[in-house]
Amino acid sequence: MRAGWVVLSFVLVTWAGAAQAADIGQIKTSKGAVSIERAGQSLRGDEGARVQGSDVVRTGNDGSVGITMTDNSLLSAGPNSVLSLDRYEFDSTTNAGRFDASLQRGTLAVVSGRLAKQSSDAMTVRTPSAILGVRGTEFVVSVR
Amino acid sequence: MTSAARAACLAVAIALAAALAGCASRTERIILLPEQDGRPTAIVVKQGAREVRLDQPYAATELTYADPWAYRASDAEVQATFKDALGAQPARAAHFTLYFAENSQELTEQSKADFESVFADLKQRKVVDIVVVGHTDAVGTDAFNDELARKRADVIRSALISRGVATTDVVAIGRGKRELLVPTPDGVAEPRNRRVEIVVR
Repeated sequence: MRAGWVVLSFVLVTWAGAAQAADIGQIKTSKGAVSIERAGQSLRGDEGARVQGSDVVRTGNDGSVGITMTDNSLLSAGPNSVLSLDRYEFDSTTNAGRFDASLQRGTLAVVSGRLAKQSSDAMTVRTPSAILGVRGTEFVVSVR
Repeated sequence: MTSAARAACLAVAIALAAALAGCASRTERIILLPEQDGRPTAIVVKQGAREVRLDQPYAATELTYADPWAYRASDAEVQATFKDALGAQPARAAHFTLYFAENSQELTEQSKADFESVFADLKQRKVVDIVVVGHTDAVGTDAFNDELARKRADVIRSALISRGVATTDVVAIGRGKRELLVPTPDGVAEPRNRRVEIVVR
């Protein structure tokens, strides 16, 4: 009986882990044209849409978007922005993992979350010419 | 100089000019903002082999084809350039901790009242996702505590759903006695460890 519970707990934990691995964050604010590029497809970036690893989020002339990641990081972009969520791994038990995002174009505001707090090497933001190591919490980046 | 060498030089010069022009037309800026609670903060910007460390509020750097140069930005510049990006920033995550009676899924009286403040927070958010994490104290086996922790999380998840939170927007996780809020030896009853944490995003 006890073994049964252990197996069931393991299955539940594994299942919950799989569900979280797919969805790494959620769009909380969305204005104007916002799209998510995923595996060659373009999806609508409406409020409530979930984002996944390797997604590219784009905003149009009139667009802006705000995303909350599962480690509580906040990423928000202004008009004419291209933001890639290149790599995201987060273990919610240990806060260990890795988050690499890049801003190809536009404006980005960041409030880092549990990953960056756990380790000063866990989060980077790339621009076309530089790599930002996130040791603190709040910053803004523009690429014109 | 042979004509071939001259042509090669010209090609290099044109390529170099094009590369410079290409880079020059692009400007990247990075500005460190103040921490909300005034704690120290920093960003390390690496461009090739060069490194600029920003560690004061409004410390900033501009990256062009030449060396990155550091300057001090102003709140006015931040507002002018990043008004839309900052305006789109989601509300920060809110954390609530509720406590349980011993070996029970019943909230303490104080926590029943605190549970109501979760709904006040939910009203401020348009798009909600919630993680409910159940914990136990160090009395009993891992298997017993894993199950109790998950049941506690499930009780709170159900309570949230019965008050209108969509089932797809709330996840319950049990963590047993692995993450004691107040560290104790195994087997010690500690009311502050019998808790559920609710993270509202």
